[in-house]
Amino acid sequence: MSDNTAPLLEIRDLSVQFPSPHGWLTVVDKVSFNVGRNDIVCVVGESGSGKSVTMQAAVGLVQPKGGRITSGSVRFDGQELVGMGNRQINRIRGDAIGFIFQEPMSSLNPAYTVGEQIAEVVRRHRGASRADAWKRAVEALDRVHIASAASRAAEYPHQFSGGMRQRVMIAMAIACDPKLLIADEPTTALDVTIQARILELLRELQRDSGMSVLFITHDLGVVADIARYVVVMYGAQVVEAAPVDDLFAAPRHPYTSGLLGAMPQVALERGHDPIAIPGTVAQAHAWPNGCRFNPRCGYRREGPCTTAALPLTSVGNGLVRCALTEELRPILGRATMVPA
Amino acid sequence: MSATTVEAAPAVSLPPVSTFFQRFCKNRTALVAAIILLIIVLIAIFAPYIAPHDPARSSLRNILKPPGAMYWFGSDDLGRDVASRLMFASRLSLVASLQAVAIALVIGMPLGLISGYVGGWVDTVISRCNDALMSFPALILAVVIVGLMGPSLTNAMTAIGLVYAPRIMRVVRGSTLSVREEVYVRAARATGCSDARIITRHVLPNVTGPLVVQATVLMGQALLAEAGLSFLGLGTQPPEASWGAMLGTAFPYMAQSPVPTIAAGVVISVTVLCFNLIGDGIRDSVGRMRRSGD
Amino acid sequence: MSVKPCLRVENLHVSYDVGSAGFLGGRRKLHAVNDVSMEIAAGETLGLVGESGSGKSTAGLAILRLIDVASGTVRLGETDVAGANRTELRALRKRMQMVFQDPYSSLNPSMTVAQLLEEPLVVHADVPKDERRSMVGRMLESVGLHAGYAARYPHEFSGGQRQRIAIARAMMLHPELVVLDEPVSALDVSTQSQILNLLKKIQGDSGTAFLLVAHDLSVVRLMSPRVAVMYLGEIVETGPSGRVYDEPAHPYTAALISAVPFPDPERQRTVHRIILGGDLPSPMSPPSGCRFRTRCPFVMEICSREAPPKVAVEGGGVASCHLHAHGPKLGGRSLVGFMKDRQLVTVE
Repeated sequence: MSDNTAPLLEIRDLSVQFPSPHGWLTVVDKVSFNVGRNDIVCVVGESGSGKSVTMQAAVGLVQPKGGRITSGSVRFDGQELVGMGNRQINRIRGDAIGFIFQEPMSSLNPAYTVGEQIAEVVRRHRGASRADAWKRAVEALDRVHIASAASRAAEYPHQFSGGMRQRVMIAMAIACDPKLLIADEPTTALDVTIQARILELLRELQRDSGMSVLFITHDLGVVADIARYVVVMYGAQVVEAAPVDDLFAAPRHPYTSGLLGAMPQVALERGHDPIAIPGTVAQAHAWPNGCRFNPRCGYRREGPCTTAALPLTSVGNGLVRCALTEELRPILGRATMVPA
Repeated sequence: MSATTVEAAPAVSLPPVSTFFQRFCKNRTALVAAIILLIIVLIAIFAPYIAPHDPARSSLRNILKPPGAMYWFGSDDLGRDVASRLMFASRLSLVASLQAVAIALVIGMPLGLISGYVGGWVDTVISRCNDALMSFPALILAVVIVGLMGPSLTNAMTAIGLVYAPRIMRVVRGSTLSVREEVYVRAARATGCSDARIITRHVLPNVTGPLVVQATVLMGQALLAEAGLSFLGLGTQPPEASWGAMLGTAFPYMAQSPVPTIAAGVVISVTVLCFNLIGDGIRDSVGRMRRSGD
Repeated sequence: MSVKPCLRVENLHVSYDVGSAGFLGGRRKLHAVNDVSMEIAAGETLGLVGESGSGKSTAGLAILRLIDVASGTVRLGETDVAGANRTELRALRKRMQMVFQDPYSSLNPSMTVAQLLEEPLVVHADVPKDERRSMVGRMLESVGLHAGYAARYPHEFSGGQRQRIAIARAMMLHPELVVLDEPVSALDVSTQSQILNLLKKIQGDSGTAFLLVAHDLSVVRLMSPRVAVMYLGEIVETGPSGRVYDEPAHPYTAALISAVPFPDPERQRTVHRIILGGDLPSPMSPPSGCRFRTRCPFVMEICSREAPPKVAVEGGGVASCHLHAHGPKLGGRSLVGFMKDRQLVTVE
């Protein structure tokens, strides 16, 4: 769990809009959460939840795509990132904040060796000499357990397999010893055995360096494997947030509970068919009134769930956005894991 | 939860064609070009009703008159009204271009489809012949063909059609090659569709996008080619006139009476430009559609 | 099998030609599927599990003759599929169908749902127009969509809905066998379970046999009583899904199972993980002897010399591993006890 000093990353009421044929759409709606020091936070949601855009907005990557931040603040290590000039933010990105994405080839230039690419990052941010930068690049490759790092550093991205390219990307992200590592679905496109290896690597790197990790995913299994704190997003909003044990032992929001029940593994454990969540996510230009999940919610009640917009309320060690929290507590609490 | 949950699809159903028109109209430049072209086509259709004078009527008293109230663009070397002649000539020029592009499509499209879909030695043979034909400069090849067939507008446009067929074939072949790899083509094969059915029902409809773009641009180029051939005297034969022929007959008198030459030239340029801009607009609209979805 | 199997595959080999090796070299062969055999009874589901490079999708395509078979036999009922000629193949297509992985590219964007679903009827049966319409309507309802959606185009639907349309298309002629190639991997979790439930219902109603190709063991376990695990073109273990999952008899199966994170943090903290070292070898030059030996945590000397024998496993099924005859001499028992003794939390 995060310690008592000020959080490393504080996102407060962040809202992001993108243009569309229907006008400006709010794809991230007053999202708030923190990432503490030496902490691992997972943001989990399906497509359309706004989880990736939240992260992109936090580090100034939405403007080039045509989006705009309409409100909120993002404080990183005491500095306000919203509104920060491009130059300043560039100094932070790649240095104090490292990134890994779903598709390694999106950050790897096929025309340069991996060693050169990592060394360039080090040179740019630390002003190191060529020799020093190369040394650090090899060290970074070593830390991600790429065998014969010194010789492999001279190879090109296409000479690495998919899982190894992901590790190269991780090496590039940690080369400057970042305080925060942001990972956007880094294992979604990988085979499960390779995913296991990458998650193991991330856990190890986090343990050794004390950096914080912000991990975005749609897979609750991965969340259980790596997170210490979980933020669940649905319909551009945070609908639940809690320490990982609390979230899985006693989910407070019907969506979280629904996601768990829909997973084949869970269904198998409990001995029933997966419980499908009916319907699909509403489109961003036509959010339903009241709770955005209400058209698909089995516990929905006309009135409290369908009229007023719901606030995020504090509950136990976490937060939840639901009109029927108290009522549902025993029900959702019961629909949980069969003890191992 | 029942497995037969019925979900809602969006309320309005738009066939790809309507979506395409919507997108096309959002492109101002293309829209303006389309409107101008429409006006030109309408003038061509209604020429007999709107032309101020009889285009064939010569008047030896009014040779090479400058533009004025009577002759909007002046008169030519035989005293005929240039404006009226341009209007009637538009019919010939536009129809001629259409003819050329139609011939190019009729020859190029099936060859492109077969070449792209079947592959192997069939593709190699057709492609190499195609490349050989394309390596000749278009106009020279057209001149040679017309020379062999005899000068007339029809022969000229057939020649141009033949010359452009390889271009169409290339575009169609390229699209076919990529569509052939699509999963839905494999799905069609899994359904048991014959190759012929796959080509006509699955490949062809998805290949028309780039094809329409190419055909539109080719209309403009055919117009230019016709103008060139007629200018050289190998296309339209007098007393008929196309824009190119008018350019050819007005050109020797340019020093005395520049307006007829300029008028013919401008009309050709504007029309060709319109075709190009419309082609661009189509390409943009079709491109965006491909990517739409949820 | 006591009942006549719906599908019988024996010693299937599938290979691709890959580029030219150098100026004068001939084309090299990539053996994507190596000596694969399986049987599916009528109305049953067999799961085919593997990661990328395992050859599972290739096997599915080859069984349907959508790609060529290098050698081996594939029989649908009494009919030979692998050696069928054009006419025979066309007739076979009525009886075996496929649902593809990507619902966004498996439906022709320029055809309406009605046209897509009518196509099998038009190609194979001479069904009059009105009857076709009503058949399409009924099929749409049975997959959970309004009959009225027939006039719409694929791009108007979500991924889950498109996959329903794809399933409807596959079922139009009531085939004996449907190969499902990763039918839910391109979908959100909440949609996946909808589609899985739909598939179960359809199978119950129609009695069609399914070959379910997937990388997700839990998905396979939900749908199929029997499963075959593939690695680098070969089947390494088969058996009842429950037994394979709870008591794997092959190291790769054990690694695959332990790699899938379970949504329970307490369990994930204490689970014995088998983390595979190395990388997937190139299918063009697979390792000698056992193909899995370069990554196997229990590799022995014999593994590089001889290909592993197929050993009958306690509880059903077969595993191809030397551990059963050599080393710990498991003799058909599961790996689980053996792993617990060795306290496996291997990294690299």
